[in-house]
Amino acid sequence: MGLDVVLLSRVQFALTIMFHYIFPPLTIGLGILMVFMEAMYHKTRDRQYEAMARFWTKIFAVNFALGVASGIVMEFQFGTNWSTYSRFVGDIFGSALAAEGIFAFFLESGFLAVLVFGWDKVSPGMHLFSTIMVSLGSIFSAVWIVIANSWQQTPAGYRIVGEGSAARAELTDFWAVVFNPSSMNRLGHVLIGAFILGGFFVMSIAAYYILRKRHLDFAKKSFTIALVVATVFSLLQLVSGHDQAQTVAATQPAKMAAFEGIYRTTQDGAPLYLFGVPNNAKERVGGGLGVPGLLSFLISGDASRPVPGLDRFPREDWPPVPLTFQTYHAMVALGFFFIALTLLAAFFLWRRILFETRWLLWIFVFAVIGPYLANQLGWLAAEFGRQPWIVYGLLRTSDGVSKSVPASHVLGSIVLFSIVYLLLFLIWIYVMDRKIRQGPEEIAELPPEKLRGKGFFLAAAGGRGESMTGSSEPRK
Amino acid sequence: MDLNIFWFAVLGILLAGYAILDGFDLGVGILHLLARGDSERRVFLNSIGPLWDGNEVWLVTFGGALFAAFPHAYATVFSGFYLAFMLLLFALIFRAVSLEFRSKMESPQWRSAWDTAFFVSSAVATLLFGVAIGNSIRGIPIGPDKEFAGTFLGLLRPYPILVGIFAVSLFAMHGSIYLYLKTEGDLQKRVRGWMWHAFGIFLVLYLLTTIFTLAAHPEAIANFRNIPWAWIVVVLNVLAIANIPRAIYMERAGYAFLSSAATIAALVFLFGVGLFPNLVVSSLRPEWSLDIYNAASSQKTLSIMRIIAFIGMPFVLAYTTVIYWVFRGKVEIGKFSY
Ligand code: HDD
Ligand code: HEM
Ligand code: HEM
Repeated sequence: MGLDVVLLSRVQFALTIMFHYIFPPLTIGLGILMVFMEAMYHKTRDRQYEAMARFWTKIFAVNFALGVASGIVMEFQFGTNWSTYSRFVGDIFGSALAAEGIFAFFLESGFLAVLVFGWDKVSPGMHLFSTIMVSLGSIFSAVWIVIANSWQQTPAGYRIVGEGSAARAELTDFWAVVFNPSSMNRLGHVLIGAFILGGFFVMSIAAYYILRKRHLDFAKKSFTIALVVATVFSLLQLVSGHDQAQTVAATQPAKMAAFEGIYRTTQDGAPLYLFGVPNNAKERVGGGLGVPGLLSFLISGDASRPVPGLDRFPREDWPPVPLTFQTYHAMVALGFFFIALTLLAAFFLWRRILFETRWLLWIFVFAVIGPYLANQLGWLAAEFGRQPWIVYGLLRTSDGVSKSVPASHVLGSIVLFSIVYLLLFLIWIYVMDRKIRQGPEEIAELPPEKLRGKGFFLAAAGGRGESMTGSSEPRK
Repeated sequence: MDLNIFWFAVLGILLAGYAILDGFDLGVGILHLLARGDSERRVFLNSIGPLWDGNEVWLVTFGGALFAAFPHAYATVFSGFYLAFMLLLFALIFRAVSLEFRSKMESPQWRSAWDTAFFVSSAVATLLFGVAIGNSIRGIPIGPDKEFAGTFLGLLRPYPILVGIFAVSLFAMHGSIYLYLKTEGDLQKRVRGWMWHAFGIFLVLYLLTTIFTLAAHPEAIANFRNIPWAWIVVVLNVLAIANIPRAIYMERAGYAFLSSAATIAALVFLFGVGLFPNLVVSSLRPEWSLDIYNAASSQKTLSIMRIIAFIGMPFVLAYTTVIYWVFRGKVEIGKFSY
């Protein structure tokens, strides 16, 4: 068997989108935290908040650059590798991408300039405004791209014109596309996933500082804010995920069956597996632990309602069951882990022992890997579960690839992408590590506030004098 | 107006916006290695630091708009130029990353490696844009099924390569004028020298490309018979080019920059007139070409997209203006610089 263009194109798409998706969730999640910190600074004039805003902005900028670099690939990848698909969905998918450019990317990239380079050039109010715009822009880009993806999962507001390979989906109802059956659920879920990541990311670095007894004031404040965000959104994610699962059961029953390894349509209630190993050959889940009736209950509120299994679908319409099952279960397990961990920490915070509990802080230093994984796994589950369709029920993935691109070219580009992305990934880790080691500026080292508004009083009150002594302390 | 024509025009505007704006920062990249020493290079990078990403969004939006309005053209061109586009993508990735990472480390090896990457990626990206335009003028082998039927090497003919080199000289000139506006003192004096050189090279290549186009691809100007007022733009183009040395000579670099921006806009316009109503010309048979009708989305999509464009573009223009205003003036290296 020669090289398979379809398989290679899928590998390439997965590789590039998974790499891209390392960065946007952090941009989105950190964005709202930065808005909060800077708004607090604006309100209280507590310069600790300014130091926080400045520090997280630097981290943000590094991620943003990589998000942009990897995002450009995504924009053109549909045309290069999935050109038949592009012809089919141009009407709809293309519109969403174009809207993303017009409404989101211009906003983000424009105001990012002010955010990063503008501290000394614009007034604090304008700077805060820019931070809000960047954060809003990153949320808008999620909006449009998720709408586009959701349309592939649950198409609506279209009609098919043309036959065979010339068929296209034409737009009939714009709002039906935007509010297709899964888009708003999915959008909420994706955004919450990003906010959880933002929270855990800040907590990870802050916990590290606390353990190392550096920047204590800064770290404790950051940690507390981030913990509140992470706790709230971890809880909300459960609600939103449950909502999603109900939508999937209603709109993509084959995917739901794969999520839970339901091979045969159940007579009465279907179990919910806590874990297990689906076996396609034997058509059953091996070695698993299932709670009887729970799946039926979660989907329909009735523990004895039958759930359609994979036997309702011809074999060639099955998603890859084991992969779909495991990625989905891993995400959900992580979700419960976040809830447990954040509630525990919140309890400790309330008892005022959190910052002395070193083992818990150590867990937080590493726990940030969790949300990164959960975000990736969630997409993997959603996308695996959609197979073998590239547009659910309308176009098969194998029919979506470019006809004029030979397999060898795709292989070549995969090799290059792998090398380049690995390199970028290592550099990213290295640069982030250095930024984190450098740490935030001590308040005394911050440039004096402009002689503007309240800042004037601070300057007059001798804020500058402190910085002379402050800067004599060597900083690593 | 006919929606298809409207979208052809919008794509032209996006392309011109991209070429003018990203053109100067690609140009700065092409000249980057001429800067001596670390501090000069930092001046170069910081002259475009806050702006390049926003400039690149014009390209991203061009891609999205092409996908939405003319999906067949998007699909055919990008899959047909597969290897060329991969190269372009790698160039754009490295450009973004070298800008961001270069100054993050003190080590001279680290910095000079990224400096080289920045130069190479800027030059390669520009070259490839030119090659793509050249191939569009020449036409590429498109079959009856709207699919590309040629090879990668087939795209590298003398004419497209000439257009590619011409594009490099154009952006280098544009970038040098921009740098002149942004620098001071000694460095600025040297930039002035490059400006003259860049202009000279550009002029020679401009003439060569024009002659080659007229001789080998007369069909490119066939449209001028139907659209006689397009000749006005030809004249304006020549005037704009002539104004560049005049303005440089008179030390009015701002005018020189506007003139080179006008030159780029005029060239994109002429390219569009030459192509119209085609998007991708089939070199095999004219009736297999993709034009603004047989490659388009439905009228409904085109009209909804027009509403989106009318809502979005005023905002885009407004904050682009604000941001260029905030970052006006000479480059200052400070705490937040690269
Ligand atoms: C806008 C659309 C879109 C978005 C936002 C995503 N995907 Fe996707 N994905 C596709 C559109 C798509 C696709 C174009 O429709 C693919 C290509 C081939 C296919 O089957 O679907 C696909 C395939 C695909 C595959 C291969 C599936 C398989 O071989 O069975 C993986 C692993 C992912 N994607 C993973 C992701 C991840 C981790 C994402 C997180 C950001 C993601 N996708 C977002
Ligand atoms: C296949 C789908 C995708 C495409 C085509 C795509 C395209 C792009 C492009 C071209 C950029 C760079 C824009 C610039 O130059 O400023 C970008 C950045 C970004 N994308 Fe994606 N993207 C995709 C998936 C996603 C997803 C799933 C999300 C979030 C849910 C997302 C959110 C963002 C954000 C927030 C940015 C800003 C830069 C950053 O944060 O890293 N994108 N994307
Ligand atoms: C708490 C339990 C959770 C449940 C029950 C749950 C449920 C779901 C379901 C059913 C889907 C598939 C939707 C579809 O295919 O249409 C999904 C996708 C996804 N999940 Fe979760 N999830 C949970 C936790 C999390 C967490 C903690 C994160 C990230 C931090 C996360 C991130 C994602 C992402 C990024 C997707 C893909 C986008 C989408 O389809 O919405 N999930 N989730």
